[in-house]
Amino acid sequence: MTSVLSAVLRAAEPGRSLLDAVRRLARPYVVRRIFGMIPTVVFISIIIFVVIQLPPGDIVTSTLDRLQSSGVEVSAEQVQNLRAQFNLDKPMHMQYLHWAGGFVVGDMGYSYRYSRPVNELVWERLGYTLLIAVSAVFFTWIVAVPIGIFSAIRQYSIGDYTFTVIGLIGIATPHFLLALLFMYAAYEWFGISIGGLFSPEYREAPWTLAKVWDLCQHIWIPMVVLGLGGTAATMRVLRANLLDELNKPYVVTARAKGVRPVKLVLKYPLRIALNPFASTVGLLLPTLIAGDVIVSRVLNLPTLGQLLLDALLTQDMFLAGSIVMLQVILIQFGLLLSDLVLAWIDPRIRYE
Amino acid sequence: MTAPVLEIRDLAVEFKTDTGLTRALRNVNFDVPRGEVTAIVGESGSGKSVTANCIMRLIQPPGRITGGSIRFAPTASQAFDIAALEDKDERLLDLRGGHISMVFQEPMTALSPVHNIGGQVAEAILCHREVSKEQAWAEAAQMLAHVGIGDIERRMTMYPFEFSGGMRQRVVIAMALVCNPEVLICDEPTTALDVTIQAEILTLIRNLQDELKNSVIFITHDLGVVAQIADHVVVMYQGRVLEIGTVRQVLKQPVHPYTKGLLKAIPGVVDPGERLATIASVVGDADITTPFPLIKLSDGRQVSLPRGHVPAELKP
Repeated sequence: MTSVLSAVLRAAEPGRSLLDAVRRLARPYVVRRIFGMIPTVVFISIIIFVVIQLPPGDIVTSTLDRLQSSGVEVSAEQVQNLRAQFNLDKPMHMQYLHWAGGFVVGDMGYSYRYSRPVNELVWERLGYTLLIAVSAVFFTWIVAVPIGIFSAIRQYSIGDYTFTVIGLIGIATPHFLLALLFMYAAYEWFGISIGGLFSPEYREAPWTLAKVWDLCQHIWIPMVVLGLGGTAATMRVLRANLLDELNKPYVVTARAKGVRPVKLVLKYPLRIALNPFASTVGLLLPTLIAGDVIVSRVLNLPTLGQLLLDALLTQDMFLAGSIVMLQVILIQFGLLLSDLVLAWIDPRIRYE
Repeated sequence: MTAPVLEIRDLAVEFKTDTGLTRALRNVNFDVPRGEVTAIVGESGSGKSVTANCIMRLIQPPGRITGGSIRFAPTASQAFDIAALEDKDERLLDLRGGHISMVFQEPMTALSPVHNIGGQVAEAILCHREVSKEQAWAEAAQMLAHVGIGDIERRMTMYPFEFSGGMRQRVVIAMALVCNPEVLICDEPTTALDVTIQAEILTLIRNLQDELKNSVIFITHDLGVVAQIADHVVVMYQGRVLEIGTVRQVLKQPVHPYTKGLLKAIPGVVDPGERLATIASVVGDADITTPFPLIKLSDGRQVSLPRGHVPAELKP
């Protein structure tokens, strides 16, 4: 895999941009990486399937329980029919193949709880989930990177200490508490309706400019709440990385060359200090999707995390399994993305 | 004799550390003659590198220039005191890399690992002159060829980790010379290299100096290197200048006991079991840690000794 990437860069003739070279030659590398993911994904899908099967009972037994507790008698034949309908009468490996096979062709099965295809449920939430996750990441970076740089350059200054204290408070405060505080503030001071991504009147409305504006008014709460936790950590890590780099000889060389102070920091040490973030950028996607369950609950956000929690509580196997599988696939692509970003910003990694 | 390009007077530098104040330089005085090679010699911690960093104004906190002046007299413009410049002064940015540039000790770490060679050399031009990027790259290529790097087209898009130590030092030298500075400071440029490469780099620096006629400050602890490259010698010890003279004067007729000790401590052909001379034993009762003001013996010849210790034939 590394030999391929080095071939990519050998092909970067002078005058031709790096991106051109990547476009021309990175394709086989990416294709190979994607094929390499298949065994991992298959293996994990088996584990997921087994784990989901482990708890006693299945969708039919829980339906029966519900029916029986409400006084409805169900005949043995009806039970048999139900089981057949959900393929529960087939042997385990056939059930797995049926589930996994559906996944391959893009059919994630049927949610018993919602009586709708899993595809619909997931897709309508995936967009919002990604929107919230990406805006939270942007918030984190926009706030944390400048503060991290400031703290490193003015180490032990009053500003550095102030940001450190605020950062530590940010780490120590539980997300849901922040969410509650922000909701209170939003309602009390700005008169914005609490919870969700839209005001009630826009919830089912078709997309219009007004609806987008309504979304903008609501999204900042989850954005700030989810972003703040990461901000403190990011800013501390960046500060530490940058402090390591600031006095390296190559920075002194650049200064001796007459590079202007601001450009000096941005072009040289920052570039290297950002490496660890590049290697985690791909992992942010799945964590942000999975990690916001409590906040999603509190803020009543239509995210995948909340859907997953519901699915697990109701033993909605297709739904839960599908979401976990989606996350596995996201992690795989996230890792690939990280590697590509890292190779793009650090030539040493390309050649190794 | 033309006026010196640099006149350093009473330069003092202090480092504030947790354990107290370290006086890295005290009352350092010497001139750097225009168009010649001045070597600064001394052991580790004698203040050689700190002096060089002062000239470039690269002393970072907790270090601070606490006194003295560094008068820089460029050929084309007004002379000014480098030590007195504000950090934000345009002349300072112009000075670094433009009028005075530096070659560092560690070629393995002196180049940015994530920027290509061509870009790093061209940047030195772009920092100081209004030229297009293509023009800067073309001039960088010329300079790299000049310092003996072949296959330039390909090498310029390569990264430092693909270069050997000697090659990197050539790149650093090219980067320092690409704006044709009046003063080139070489801070132990060969210490981190093996002996054969060391000789190549020394020859390169000497040849470039002969050709470009810039003034060179060459910092080293190796008296063999001094003999090979320098015109003038400044001997430093514990942040002070002990002796100044031409290379011939200092190496052939050292006056200060410390310089004599240094010369005796050069490893030569010795019998098995014989020990190298150490400075403490040769200095004897003349206490080298007591500072004495520099006494001028003749033009460009000074020594820091009590009057009574100066040999009669050298007295002015």
